[in-house]
Amino acid sequence: MSDVRYSDQHEWVRLDGDVATVGITQFAAEQLGDVVYVELPDAGHQVGKGAEAAVVESVKAASEVYAPIGGEVIEANRALADDPAKVNADPEGEGWFFKVKIADAGEFAALMTRAQYDAFVKEH
Amino acid sequence: MRYLPLTQADRAAMLSRIGVDGVDALFRDVPKEAVVGRARFDLPDAQGEIEVSRLLSRMAAKSVAAGNVAFFCGAGAYRHHVPAAVDHLIQRSEFLTSYTPYQPEIAQGTLQYLFEFQTQVALLTGMEVANASLYDGSTATAEAVLMARRVTRKSKAVLSGGLHRHYAETVETMAEIGGEVVRATATPGKAEDLATLIDDNTACVVVQSPDVFGLVRDMKPIAAAAQAKGALLIVVVTEVVSLGLLESPGAMGADIVVAEGQSIGNGLNFGGPYVGLFATREKYLRQMPGRLVGETADTVGRRGYVLTLSTREQHIRREKATSNICTNSGLCALAFTIHLSLLGEEGLARLARANHARASGLADRLSRIGGVTLVTPTFFNEFALRLPKPAAQVVDALADRNVMAGVPASRLFPREHENLLIVAATETNTDEDCAALEVALTEVLA
Amino acid sequence: MSMNNQGRPTRAGEASGPELGTISGDRGLDHEEPLIFELGRPGHSGVDISDVQVSDARLGGFKRRAPIGLPGLSEPEVVRHYVRLSRMNYAIDSGLYPLGSCTMKHNPRLNEAMARLPGFADVHPLQPQKTVQGALTLIGELMRWLTTLTGMPAVAMSPKAGAHGELCGMLAIRAAIAAKGERRPRVLVPESAHGTNPATAAFAGFTVDEIPAKGDGHVDVAALKAKLGSDVGAVMLTNPNTCGLFEKPIREIADAVHAAGAYFYCDGANFNAIAGRVRPGDLGVDAMHINLHKTFSTPHGGGGPGAGPVVLSERLAPFAPLPLLVHDAEGFRLIEDRAELPEGARPFGRMSAFHGQMGMFVRALAYMLSHGADGIRQASEDAVLSANYILASLKDVMSAPFGDGPCMHEALFDDSFLEGTGVTTLDFAKAMIDEGYHPMTMYFPLVVHGAMLIEPTESESKESLDRFIHVLRGLAAEAKAGDVERFQGAPRFTPRRRLDETAAARKPVLRWKQPELKRAAE
Repeated sequence: MSDVRYSDQHEWVRLDGDVATVGITQFAAEQLGDVVYVELPDAGHQVGKGAEAAVVESVKAASEVYAPIGGEVIEANRALADDPAKVNADPEGEGWFFKVKIADAGEFAALMTRAQYDAFVKEH
Repeated sequence: MRYLPLTQADRAAMLSRIGVDGVDALFRDVPKEAVVGRARFDLPDAQGEIEVSRLLSRMAAKSVAAGNVAFFCGAGAYRHHVPAAVDHLIQRSEFLTSYTPYQPEIAQGTLQYLFEFQTQVALLTGMEVANASLYDGSTATAEAVLMARRVTRKSKAVLSGGLHRHYAETVETMAEIGGEVVRATATPGKAEDLATLIDDNTACVVVQSPDVFGLVRDMKPIAAAAQAKGALLIVVVTEVVSLGLLESPGAMGADIVVAEGQSIGNGLNFGGPYVGLFATREKYLRQMPGRLVGETADTVGRRGYVLTLSTREQHIRREKATSNICTNSGLCALAFTIHLSLLGEEGLARLARANHARASGLADRLSRIGGVTLVTPTFFNEFALRLPKPAAQVVDALADRNVMAGVPASRLFPREHENLLIVAATETNTDEDCAALEVALTEVLA
Repeated sequence: MSMNNQGRPTRAGEASGPELGTISGDRGLDHEEPLIFELGRPGHSGVDISDVQVSDARLGGFKRRAPIGLPGLSEPEVVRHYVRLSRMNYAIDSGLYPLGSCTMKHNPRLNEAMARLPGFADVHPLQPQKTVQGALTLIGELMRWLTTLTGMPAVAMSPKAGAHGELCGMLAIRAAIAAKGERRPRVLVPESAHGTNPATAAFAGFTVDEIPAKGDGHVDVAALKAKLGSDVGAVMLTNPNTCGLFEKPIREIADAVHAAGAYFYCDGANFNAIAGRVRPGDLGVDAMHINLHKTFSTPHGGGGPGAGPVVLSERLAPFAPLPLLVHDAEGFRLIEDRAELPEGARPFGRMSAFHGQMGMFVRALAYMLSHGADGIRQASEDAVLSANYILASLKDVMSAPFGDGPCMHEALFDDSFLEGTGVTTLDFAKAMIDEGYHPMTMYFPLVVHGAMLIEPTESESKESLDRFIHVLRGLAAEAKAGDVERFQGAPRFTPRRRLDETAAARKPVLRWKQPELKRAAE
């Protein structure tokens, strides 16, 4: 079974082998409000951990999405271009942003578990 | 003071509600040493309408108004007839004195006319989308260059030598910060070879048509050359009436079209305010600068309009915005829209033909004068003449005879093309005007 | 991810209650109006121009082949269309416009008449200079007023709007830094700043570093000083600031900025609070743009055109952009050519094709001449007095985040008085529309929650202010009494009810298309 971890910037990462799928959390999607546009990285793009990798826009705000884990982008969720509402409807499933072939599994291990993230959200 | 409604009694009552004994107390955070006494300003006190009107009318009378002479100046600003209905309508309080339409429920008037404006601009330029206007043609050109850099992620901009020199300088000022700007040498009456200046790092090629000397340019080979290197073609139109007769830039392969919209609906105004038109392909929408109006519906399902895609703009993106612009040229865009609606398809086509016919006849007439040659083989309503004398002197001498003969090329290109005169003719010029120019020019050159 | 939690709902919400239908779809004086493209017929025109045929010989083979697609209408149809559209707009001429940071004051009609004098309006920017002396005199006179009122030695007139003026000022600073052979890439901007400040700094090639605000709405001077260093090119500060407060230690800030070798850019958006009373030049300012449409009442026109002359200190004056206006024995003269520059001038470039927003200059000078130096000071004082009157009259029922101190020309409230009511700042503002008022500025500045920024300006009578206060007190009471529906369903009495901005942004429709084209595209 794949493992899911969370960043303090409200991204989630699901690891399957050396491929990490990245999206924004339910909490983040609720805070943003209705998502109207998502700008995604191209396949082949190298992202470092913490680097700006995507932009998600609501009517009132544009927010950068940082790569919670470094590596090479192998796929972006093109379905979001046609239907950005997926980010609100299913942020931690169909509303995923991009997939990365990871370079360092240690970066994944350093992220928060669900319990840790829930506690983190409660604190902030 | 006629504009200030508060009386002394009102002020006293208001201060009492606030709980202070004088207005100075409200300015308590202002350092005392910074407060200036009345005597420090060497400026007059308030005056009535009669006095202000008299003073400014006398001042204005020191200029020679275009309408009082035979007038042939162009080079980026054109004198056309604006129907009386246009100025009447733009002075309606609800247009003139309304704010940016951030509250769409009570600004549908502004939003709908801007939506109409965007549609008109897209249709005229042959492009898919247009914004709600920028300051003017020159700043729109600079914005287009910056946008091309965002789209292509390349930095070099190539400017045609036929681009209005003031436009080129505006682009250089804004675009030299983020990369290289290369300006081709001007070749009046001929198209220069731009393809050799385009390389793999070129973000855009900027070409004006008709160019600053009036030449109608073939855009297709430049579009092909730009496309081959992954660069965008930016087409600049300074005389937007030309689009009533000439093929649209979109049909000739432009990726971005910018134009000065002054010719439709707006007077000369000594250079401003004007209205910058900006149109592009739908796929570049997110990289576009400036305000946009979009269609939507209200809670009961009625069609309505709102400002949209504002996440591109400074008030949300701050330092990551596509531009720092936070205004459009609203009222000038309204004047444009009304005038173009009055003209319609047929009116614009007739207006454009009238301009071309007038200019064509004038070119024939003037090139018959001894020593004068027509430099521009193809043109719309403006052409360049080579004179046997420096054009600035000729223009100066003709101004004394109530003829504004045109713009000397040296006004735009100092110490270059000194004998070139750029002459524009529009529907406002009469046969008498043209005859007066011919006679005066013949005499001064004799 | 970075997240902005500030803000407002952007979905239209649910409709409430059926509307009484009419056969026409119109309601009395409120007319529905189609798009201009849905009116008219081919071949018609509202302008009579004789039909001249032309040869293609001089068109180079580029004669237009396809029609443009514009409708054809007669003049009465066009006039009615735009008059009907106009009636869907709120305007300062029809009601109080309490937009903080935007300054909607009365626009005198004399100014419109003056701007249309042929000697200003019907002159070409490239006419021989001896034939435009009236226009140049006007610009020269406006420059004298602006430099005198600000106590600054120079002013660049060509910027076309406030943000363009900001850019001009920052480019002058950039040029001055380069001229000294220094590298100062960083610009400090308070977090309460208007969005144009960081956007402009970035546009001018600087990186932006934010200065936090203190709990009292003022800039944190200690934090600002701590961030100063040899890599800082400028500090951009708005004063009075966007919370409507005067930054008292401004002289101390200016001195610290100068001691660090940087320049002090002041955003002049709020100059209308202090004009005629305080000269920014005395406060150590190096550059400040002046929004002529705010302080000097050129009309907003539904969002423009503006004009943004920028005053410059002695240190920055040499870098002012072309063209320059000089006065000599022969009168006024524009310098457009670098070979003719006066001694010491090193212009950084050119902001736009011509000489600035002449039409706006005439209106601004007419405003200044009408008010005089005494009237400008009185206008500033009345603006500040009116804002404080609003603050004093509403602070017991609404919530003023920065307490009892006087404000300048605008009064700031937050949404804590709405806590627990279910009414948001947006709902409150939309309910104002039903009461006949344009909403105040909302959710700006970002440093307070659910901000409501009210700027009454000097143009309102005491009776008008009292009525406005009465209405806002009433709305605050209704919100607290739990009448949520009044707010969430507002506005009701407008040409349109709340519009769905989310739908507009998800599938942008930015132009009209022929119905058959539209179907083909889908």
